[in-house]
Amino acid sequence: MPSPEIKPEYLGYLPIFIFMIIAVLVPVIVLFIGRFLRPSNPDKIKLSPYECGIDPEGDARQRFPVRYYIIALLFVVFDIEAVFVFPWVVIYASQNADVMTFLFVEMVVFFAIVIAGFIYIWKKGALKWV
Amino acid sequence: MDFLLVAVVKIIIILVFISLGVAYLTYLERKVIGHMQVRLGPMRVGWHGLLQPIADGLKLVIKEDIIPTQSDKLMFILAPVICFLHAFIVYTFIPFDGPGGFWGYGGYVSDVNVGLLFILAVASVGVVGIILGGWASNSKYPLLGSLRSVAQLVSYEVAMGLAIMGPILLAGSLSMVEIVKAQEKMGVWFFVPQIVAFVIYFICGVAETNRAPFDLPEAESELVGGYHTEYSGFRFAIFFLAEYANMITVSAIAVTVFLGGWMMPFPSLLKPYLSFVPGFVWFCLKVMFFLFVYLWIRATFPRYRFDQLMSIGWKILLPLSIANLVVTSFIILYLKM
Repeated sequence: MPSPEIKPEYLGYLPIFIFMIIAVLVPVIVLFIGRFLRPSNPDKIKLSPYECGIDPEGDARQRFPVRYYIIALLFVVFDIEAVFVFPWVVIYASQNADVMTFLFVEMVVFFAIVIAGFIYIWKKGALKWV
Repeated sequence: MDFLLVAVVKIIIILVFISLGVAYLTYLERKVIGHMQVRLGPMRVGWHGLLQPIADGLKLVIKEDIIPTQSDKLMFILAPVICFLHAFIVYTFIPFDGPGGFWGYGGYVSDVNVGLLFILAVASVGVVGIILGGWASNSKYPLLGSLRSVAQLVSYEVAMGLAIMGPILLAGSLSMVEIVKAQEKMGVWFFVPQIVAFVIYFICGVAETNRAPFDLPEAESELVGGYHTEYSGFRFAIFFLAEYANMITVSAIAVTVFLGGWMMPFPSLLKPYLSFVPGFVWFCLKVMFFLFVYLWIRATFPRYRFDQLMSIGWKILLPLSIANLVVTSFIILYLKM
């Protein structure tokens, strides 16, 4: 019986690629089989973009509110912050008390900087959604 | 070689299992919400409508596949596949059972020491599929729906990532199996010491899966159907599968990280009677509990406005999750000293 212990360690990542291949194949195969089962009689109105039955006016890709762009920027900033915290979180509890105190103070300083920035963007109105 | 063969078999089993799970989740949703609204839900196809999801699936396969002329064809075809992929590959690292589970083959496809990080990273890829779908449709409703959806996903992902760090702090590992083992060692599931993180995680999970009351991307009264308005037939079904599989994923992560994964509840009380029940049964029961809560929430709460949604995510959940992290680390330090 094969043991669930995985050696060498990098072998543990291989199933991701197998899973990717199988997970791509499933929808592709079903769509391919469906090709022989489904009708296909397109016409001009059927193929036009849906706009509640009215003839679509102009292109959909126009300007959109800048708020979305700000949210995306904020996400990048805060997600990178989260990436910095991850290694800290993993090693924190296994240290001895002295190292842990140092790690704690360091992280409080880090969060203080992040929160200062957070308060700044809050007061600037970046989080306000009109 | 053995390991890979077992992995392939497990992957196929998981794919079939989750797909069936998704199909019957739609049935459960209609039944549960039906009964909560004093209706019966589907009753016609099979006994109490039990074959309804299969009928739905077949119907979607034989429906015409429409690709609008204005759309970007390649991206239009690619978007549902990306969504499907991201919803399913997460299950590589989800432990349905312990290392000795599944009759000694191990209750998970694989376990690496960055499992949870990988899961969070893959969760972000879903955004790509959604924005591709909305943009490639080149139609107004899908574009607006996808923008909203992405803004929402991205806002709640930050709080979600920070909330989930609380349990990692206690477990000291990112491996999903190690996190469950840490809960076994601690003797108490992490939702007790990390109740704040648990609540934040679950709220974010509901928002991440675009479910009510955070279902603004598909607010049918204003946006028709959200980012998949232009999709039809089986391409729509793939989006649908992915969305529901995401619900199961979020529940499965919550179960693993906060609710002790495959372990049985109250071991001192139940162990003499129920030790024959395999771990994945407990896992599935816990996941089902979460799925029921999802449906319950949908049947109970009205939808938020978009500005409310944004302010909950950024102004309440994010500071709260940072505070939770700092307080947790302080308590760990205090106990050590």
